Amino acid sequence: MKGPSLMDSLFQRSIDDLIKALRLTPPGTEPAFIAKAIEEIRLEIKSTDPQTKFLALQKLTYLHSLHGHDMSWAAFHSVELSSSASHSHKRTAYLSAALSFNPATTDVILLLTHHLRKDLSSPNAHAVSLALSTLSSICNPDLARDLTPELFTLLSSSKITVRKKAIATVLGVFKQYPDSVRVCFKRVVENLENLDLGILSAVVGLFSELTENEPRSYLPLAPEFYKILVDCKNNWVLIKVLKIFAKLAPLEPRLGKRVVEPICEIMSTMGAKSLVFECVRTILTSMSEHDSAVKLAVGKVREFLLEDDPNLKYLGLQALSIVAQKNISAVVENKDLVVKSLSDSDINIRLEALRLVMCIVSEDNVMEICRILISHSLKSDPEFCNEILGFILLTCGRNYYEVIFYFDWYVLFLGEMARVPHCQKGDEIATQLIDIGMRVKDARSQLVHVTRDLVIDPALLGNPFMHAVLAAAAWVSGEYIMLSRNPFEIMEALLQPRTSLLSPSVRAVYIHSAFKVLMFCMYSYLRLNGDDSSLPSTLIDSELVSDVELDDQNMIVTNGQPLSTSSVIDHLTQESILALVNLAEINLGPLAGSNELEVLERSTNVLGLIKLIKPMLLGSLDNGEGDQAKGELTASETVKMIFDSCSEDLGPVSVNAQERVPIPDGLGLKENLDDLEEICGDVKLPLLTSFSLVRPQYTEASSNADSQGKEESEPSSESTSLLAEHRKRHGLYYLALGNTMATSNDYPPAHDPKDKVADEAEDLVKLTEKSLITGKKPSQSKPRPVVVKFDDGEVTNVTTDRTGIKADLISGAVNKVLLGDEATTSSSSRRKPPKSRRVTDESSAGIAKIDQSEHSKAGSKHHGHGKERRHQSSAKDKDHDHKDKQKSDSTAHGKHRSRHRADKALEAQAPVIPDFLL
Amino acid sequence: MIRGVIIMNDQGKPRLIKFYEFQPPEKQQELVRSIYRVLCSRAENVSNFVKVDSLFGPDVRLVYKTFATLYFVFIFDKSENELAMIDLMQVFVETLNKCFREVCELDIVFNFYKVHTILDEIILGGQVLETSSEEVASAVDAISRSLPLPLSLCAYVCALVSSCEWVLRCNRHILVQLSLRVGKEWQFHDSIYSWLAEMIATELW
Repeated sequence: MKGPSLMDSLFQRSIDDLIKALRLTPPGTEPAFIAKAIEEIRLEIKSTDPQTKFLALQKLTYLHSLHGHDMSWAAFHSVELSSSASHSHKRTAYLSAALSFNPATTDVILLLTHHLRKDLSSPNAHAVSLALSTLSSICNPDLARDLTPELFTLLSSSKITVRKKAIATVLGVFKQYPDSVRVCFKRVVENLENLDLGILSAVVGLFSELTENEPRSYLPLAPEFYKILVDCKNNWVLIKVLKIFAKLAPLEPRLGKRVVEPICEIMSTMGAKSLVFECVRTILTSMSEHDSAVKLAVGKVREFLLEDDPNLKYLGLQALSIVAQKNISAVVENKDLVVKSLSDSDINIRLEALRLVMCIVSEDNVMEICRILISHSLKSDPEFCNEILGFILLTCGRNYYEVIFYFDWYVLFLGEMARVPHCQKGDEIATQLIDIGMRVKDARSQLVHVTRDLVIDPALLGNPFMHAVLAAAAWVSGEYIMLSRNPFEIMEALLQPRTSLLSPSVRAVYIHSAFKVLMFCMYSYLRLNGDDSSLPSTLIDSELVSDVELDDQNMIVTNGQPLSTSSVIDHLTQESILALVNLAEINLGPLAGSNELEVLERSTNVLGLIKLIKPMLLGSLDNGEGDQAKGELTASETVKMIFDSCSEDLGPVSVNAQERVPIPDGLGLKENLDDLEEICGDVKLPLLTSFSLVRPQYTEASSNADSQGKEESEPSSESTSLLAEHRKRHGLYYLALGNTMATSNDYPPAHDPKDKVADEAEDLVKLTEKSLITGKKPSQSKPRPVVVKFDDGEVTNVTTDRTGIKADLISGAVNKVLLGDEATTSSSSRRKPPKSRRVTDESSAGIAKIDQSEHSKAGSKHHGHGKERRHQSSAKDKDHDHKDKQKSDSTAHGKHRSRHRADKALEAQAPVIPDFLL
Repeated sequence: MIRGVIIMNDQGKPRLIKFYEFQPPEKQQELVRSIYRVLCSRAENVSNFVKVDSLFGPDVRLVYKTFATLYFVFIFDKSENELAMIDLMQVFVETLNKCFREVCELDIVFNFYKVHTILDEIILGGQVLETSSEEVASAVDAISRSLPLPLSLCAYVCALVSSCEWVLRCNRHILVQLSLRVGKEWQFHDSIYSWLAEMIATELW
């Protein structure tokens, strides 16, 4: 008596037992329990008894699917069990395959081919369905290739369920093995005329997937789809047909004209919301030039927005955002509902409404909209609040603040946003604060005012989300300190004790800003009290305001606040400046021992400066002369030099700035590079992102170029091209070629615009010294403050949309099947359906024949490669008559080259494929 | 096409996971967890759509619906209609209801394979096959009729037979008749046959 096998099958845990036990395991011990169960399964699954194996596989599949346990090791057992005669065994085996096989890596899939083929041609409909659903789950190129003939047969199966499933499976097969299109496509098309709704729905669904990638190939089928659109009353089918027309209509304007009417009719007569929504979407995306239809659709959208169902509201808003791209007035019409949706309880709806509101932002309404939004953000939860702030920042900053007219308002608004309690958009706000400071001169005084308020407020220092904003504010305060009303209070703010709450990097910015403020005060003081001996005479002026205004260091004082600097002068006494210096010394003294490098360094700088100027100040206090005079002179000169260097106007830097720097004389670029190569050897130098694509070839290419460099005397075309390539790759080591920049001898400022004409300042704004010296106020002559920007380089590259190669292959094959080789595509939308006389009544022998006859075509087209592979591997095919055909085929292929011409000639003579479309 | 169907309970325990493009098991669990995190934070009476760009890439949408203790989740791309997906979910639930008679979570827990069978009749390879719950239910019925007894019952008969061994020892005819009848009616599985054959061959007889 064979005990163990019997006992195994008697006392083996079934899947129900496993589930029950799993449910009873105390929380936390589940992994251990599963591990134990897996151990059991590992033993059981090796059993020779199919029943035991079946139960084990059943449990394993369950654990795999719902508990994420890996079962790739059991792949072979699935294959083994799938050959079982029992349908339930087969079902489990196929399901486990469908759930666990990775089409790309599971190699035992190949072993499944035979079983699948057997089941696909089985008379039992259940077995066929099972095999089809498995095939669609695990389809890979090999399976698709090998099972295409069976699938082809099933496409005209008399059992509706089987045919339906076969049609659905075809999609995966087409994707994996585009050559199968040639075989199956005609039969698929035939099914478009089927009266059964299930089949129609499946085939229309298939086409809606196919048109997703390359719709043009399916234009010839438009009449069939049109017929379905008009005749069919089934919502599912109609939705899919609408999807197809949404893809086809943009390609053929006449088609749009033709279908827009039935679509409108469906939209106004049918009740199903899904269908109505699909009509709306189709019209809005693909038929936006038909005004009356769009109007009708927008009306429907409004109905959706008025519904109570949040889903309809959400979809209505989405539909509006489709219109918004082309026709903003439709959104404006529904503005009331959109704004109302901003306070909906559903975050989806709110976000969608927010997006729409941002779409209608323009120069005229930006202030109003931002006002509404910020009040919303104060009322809403933190998450949505930050969404709002993010959207505002994004929209206002778009395309160099193109919607912003009043920068003074916007700068104030930025400050307000930073103070919103839940604000976490500090980084973005900080970026814009600095960016506006650099780009928009006219906004600077207001900016300084706003940042002063931020820096001074001690409450803000405690909020870590504010630190980025504070860093920006501190930087702005330091950089544009000459516009400040009261540098002393800024200095105090920058040095306040609570700055210890800041992160070191922010703190370093604070200290450096303090340094700038100190410099400015010192300079102003020296200017005020200076005599001819201490300062160069050209710079001395009785009135500091005008001096600053006309300073050659590009400082500006805006018209709005003529008194801003003069108020500073009143306070500039020796005592006050000494107090300032002392304040800095006291606060920064301890930081000279800081552990943070940046903080340490910045504070040491300031302290060094103080050391330098303090004796001078004290000296002038003591009225001492003689010995001190010399020190004072040097100190004041130093102050002047530092101040000069600090007060140079910083501008935004073009990405292409580097290219415009001419090569200085006597710079031996090549020698240095050679040295670099020797020294660094194989060290991979960090490359700019734009070069990162070529990284793998780095060493090879550079060694090539090096050798070229050594034998540089012979400028062969190859070497120059290599050199050029090298130059392209290592562009960062090369300055621009000398001759291109021959016109300018000097280093141009990095932000120097190319265009010198100030009036054409649409893209580039001129910042020449001239315009500043003559005191032109751009704000008066121009309607809007100028924003410095570059027309080159700063635009982000739009990634090109690439359609998949596979999709191309499919559409190529479809084109060939639908149009033949001669048929023209133009205006083919009026043609009749394929009648496929050739394929319908022939079985597998027929397929092989098609293969053969189409082989000649394939040879000359890009499918040649795939074809070849097919013949090679299918030579192993066990199917006998099939094999014979393939063999003759592959021998033919062997002589392919020699026969190529003959093939072409043959093709010309051979009965031309009947034009299916006529 | 439909990218995936998930059923999970309100604790985040998955009850059915089916992706129509291969996903490794760890990834599946991770996705279920992230989806659950989103779903459980959503209030009632809000829209059924969730943005899942971060999980599945652009143009992929997710629609969910709560039925008693279960979340039903459909993940699909732009070639499906959002509202139609909600309808399809309704079809799925109705079918479950028909197949299990007042479906509850436990039915789905203990009928892993049957739920997959039902789903396969509705969706194949990400394509919608059938949208009528009656059709699906009858198709599933036909499949389960073609299958042998539920296995637990089979094992039960097995155990019964073996425990009655001594009785049967007395009356061989009854045993043979019983086994033949059981085998015929329930398409009884092979191991019982082989066992009987063994018994016939050995000392029992």
